[in-house]
Amino acid sequence: MTAQTTGSTLVDYDDAVRRYDPVLGIEVHVELGTRTKMFDGAPQSFGAEPNTQITPVSLGLPGALPAVNGTAVEYAIRIGLALNCTIAASCRFARKNYFYPDVPKNFQTSQYDEPIAAEGWVDVELADGTTFRVEIERAHMEEDAGKNVHIGGEGGRIHGAEYSLVDYNRAGVPLVEIVTKPIAGAGDRAPEVARAYVQTLRDMFRALGVSEARMERGNVRADVNVSLRPSPDAPLGTRTETKNVNSFRAVERAVRYEICRQAALLDAGQAVVQETRHWHEDNGTTSPGRIKSDAEDYRYFPEPDLVPIVPSREWVEQIRAALPELPAARRRRLATEWGYADAEMRDVVNAGAIELIASTVAAGATPAAARKWWMGELARTAKDREVELEALPITPTQIGALQQLVDDGTLTDKLARQVLEGVLAGEGDPAQVVAARGLAVVSDNGPLLEAIDAALAAQPDIAAKIRGGNLGPVGAIIGAVMKATRGQADAARVRELVVQRVTEG
Amino acid sequence: MTDLVRLSAAQLAQALTGGQVSSVEATQAHLDRIAAVDPAVHAFLHVSADAALDTARAVDRARGAGDDLHPLAGVPIAVKDVVVTRGQPTTAGSRILEGWVPPYDATIVTKIKAAGLPVLGKTNMDEFAMGSSTEHSGYGNTHNPWDLDRIPGGSGGGSAAAVAAFEAPLAIGTDTGGSIRQPASVTGTVGVKPTYGSVSRYGLIALASSLDQAGPVTRTVLDAAWLHQLIGGHDPLDSTSLTDPVPDCVAAAGAGAAGDLTGLRVGVITELGGEGYQPGVLARFRETLDLLTGAGAELVEVSCPHLDYALGAYYLILPAEASSNLAKFDGMRFGLRVTPESGSVTTERVMAATRGQGFGDEVKRRIILGTYALSAGYYDAYYGSAQKVRTLIQRDFAAAFERVDVLVSPTVPTTAFRLGEKLDDPLAMYLNDVATIPANLAGIPGISVPAGLSDDGLPVGFQVLAPVRADDRLYRVGAAVEAALESRWGGPLLAQAPELEVAR
Repeated sequence: MTAQTTGSTLVDYDDAVRRYDPVLGIEVHVELGTRTKMFDGAPQSFGAEPNTQITPVSLGLPGALPAVNGTAVEYAIRIGLALNCTIAASCRFARKNYFYPDVPKNFQTSQYDEPIAAEGWVDVELADGTTFRVEIERAHMEEDAGKNVHIGGEGGRIHGAEYSLVDYNRAGVPLVEIVTKPIAGAGDRAPEVARAYVQTLRDMFRALGVSEARMERGNVRADVNVSLRPSPDAPLGTRTETKNVNSFRAVERAVRYEICRQAALLDAGQAVVQETRHWHEDNGTTSPGRIKSDAEDYRYFPEPDLVPIVPSREWVEQIRAALPELPAARRRRLATEWGYADAEMRDVVNAGAIELIASTVAAGATPAAARKWWMGELARTAKDREVELEALPITPTQIGALQQLVDDGTLTDKLARQVLEGVLAGEGDPAQVVAARGLAVVSDNGPLLEAIDAALAAQPDIAAKIRGGNLGPVGAIIGAVMKATRGQADAARVRELVVQRVTEG
Repeated sequence: MTDLVRLSAAQLAQALTGGQVSSVEATQAHLDRIAAVDPAVHAFLHVSADAALDTARAVDRARGAGDDLHPLAGVPIAVKDVVVTRGQPTTAGSRILEGWVPPYDATIVTKIKAAGLPVLGKTNMDEFAMGSSTEHSGYGNTHNPWDLDRIPGGSGGGSAAAVAAFEAPLAIGTDTGGSIRQPASVTGTVGVKPTYGSVSRYGLIALASSLDQAGPVTRTVLDAAWLHQLIGGHDPLDSTSLTDPVPDCVAAAGAGAAGDLTGLRVGVITELGGEGYQPGVLARFRETLDLLTGAGAELVEVSCPHLDYALGAYYLILPAEASSNLAKFDGMRFGLRVTPESGSVTTERVMAATRGQGFGDEVKRRIILGTYALSAGYYDAYYGSAQKVRTLIQRDFAAAFERVDVLVSPTVPTTAFRLGEKLDDPLAMYLNDVATIPANLAGIPGISVPAGLSDDGLPVGFQVLAPVRADDRLYRVGAAVEAALESRWGGPLLAQAPELEVAR
């Protein structure tokens, strides 16, 4: 069955979630940002020439032995604690045996029945501000595999390829895998919960300093399990596991797609096949993965080359005490400090603007001004350009400087928007744009009075009305002055001067 | 044969220090001896004459310059081919690694090179150390210097034969279930399996990770002590490596050679003797016990009831770990690669063809056993139960060592059997290791020293076992036995070995 044919038999999403209760299970892998790999001294760095970040251990050469990276263990404990897990007093590595060219030893060193962290939970915030609690089954340490590169086929796929190359730079990079318990009770919000959960973890990894957590580099990867059951009190249905769903949006779409696809099967009286599926970003569908003949018997056994990991209670408590403020707590604190209403803060969070605003405030702007820029003009620009806010070519420091120019009267709001445009166009910092475009407010009375006199002379009837005490048409004079000064005058100041001039005269 | 190759390592070291001989002369003498007898013995898979002589020259220069050298500097050594050596082929006796030249040295090789020991070459072995006769080598049999029609033991038959045939004064072996001690026993040499974790395994091509241990293969107990101290010690690259300092084995050997064992409690293991043991082997064992009593030791009968299950547990744990350790030999990154003759060329089919052609029968047998033992649904019954037996054996030994200082047994139930005699009977072959396997399961150290000749004129070994970390006791007792027996024989046992025919 191809993705195209399954795509033709979907149930409408709203119908699907009306008739079935979706249950999720999510496995998130995060690559830890340690200097060296999980079990050897090879450096790990993204984007290096293939097969340069390797040692005999990463290549699984005969005779090579693993030695555990202590920093990776500490990072795993940080993650476990942040997820409210119990940290095991003693845990072990195990071998997961399977043959694949990107796994140098033909087994992955992982953890099986003794993970370092288990039994936790995390609250995820949804777009409407409500929270949903996701229970964590376990978090365990393991090593990443290398990467196969298929040459000669279409779009780098193995099908039709002439030959394949393997890059072992990534082999042995430390991973923590976080496995949820079945996530039930989300109902029609299951796709949103899935997305919010992965995003919450991503933010947490960054806050904990354990990973750059860049989705586009594969630092964070999600496998999404979905099953349907007729009602919340029915036993769990058969699940599918969609592998390597690697963006927040894709997580949401993949869950949604699987719900619609499985609902169609169940409606037709067919069984859902328990299988792994691939996500296709291009058309938003999933398709069945390769069927393995030896049906997943990984022959796990304790890794005899490593001794158990026994983190002392003192060490765990030190790590706990040193945990940084986590994103949810930080959001609550900032909302209070900034005086934002709940709805305002939610919009800021949903727009991914929280760190940008924090930095802008740090650069001197008031929280209100910072929010006005990022959620206003800049949000519109980002939307027009179809990019994330943080991808705009402007920094919080520049916004801080721009606001400073408004506050000290150098720029009017209108002028400031022109300066912003210049900064976004790559013309430099706000001060440089002001200078280059000659945009500063004309505050010298001489040129203003000159323009006022010219405007009064050009419109004698209006001048007469004003002189007669009717200030109604003063706007026409102000408009003419603004035009003459190419908008660089402060309108309120012009008004004052006009009134002054007329009374004098 | 020059007298140089007859010298023990300690004697040769003394001659080197005293300036009576240069390392180049000593190394060349051994290379000549290899050229003369190895065509018949086939102890070596690879001889690295140039590299060995380079090292020898460097040591001679350093000595001439008055540098501070390791006591064994300049004394040549042979290394079992399961230990990786940078720039020298390393095959582990398998065709699947034919032509592979490692880009790095094992930690023990780094230590050997740093100490200035010229590495003569790599010695033959059963493929991936699976076997007790070296007949499972992918590169032909090694012959026992006492009788070329007989096996030299295994898996380290090459190292033992090299030392017994005076091709090297020192050799490195590895012992997973007896692969150092059993060859020592059947070739009339000395072999030591140190405490698990006391010698780094980094760079040993793994057979069974929880059982493997490298150790000395020599002609005298003192030489073994020197080599043990050279290769022992903590290695951060091996997570199972102990942090304890190496015990003073040389001092212990010296003390033992003085002959006084007063107050030493020696436990005779009930389960390791009797049925299945050759009468000549048991006779030499009992005579050796008498010598120990004569030296002041107290004999105690000790039972370790769970040893009866050792062989069964071993043949589950070893194949299980081996099946996983040997998975990396797939033709993808190094060594042999076989492309299927017909059909599609997928990675799976290349892996299968490579492993099918590259591995020998015994290796395949154990991979199949181990894969089965680890399979879902069988794990608890096989691997899990075997680990429990292992714990019980460790407790037996711990209880025994509450009562005695060392335990003793014959090293092997028999003398060297004929080449081919047990090749088609794996179980009979496995039974040859019944007395050596328990030490590996428990992680305790053991030594085999020559105890004389059996009725068939072939060497018999005497095994001493000590508690973990008490390797020095092996040397004290081993040296005492050696001294007492050699004074009875009027010289080393190997002096009674037949002269080997020299190739021309």
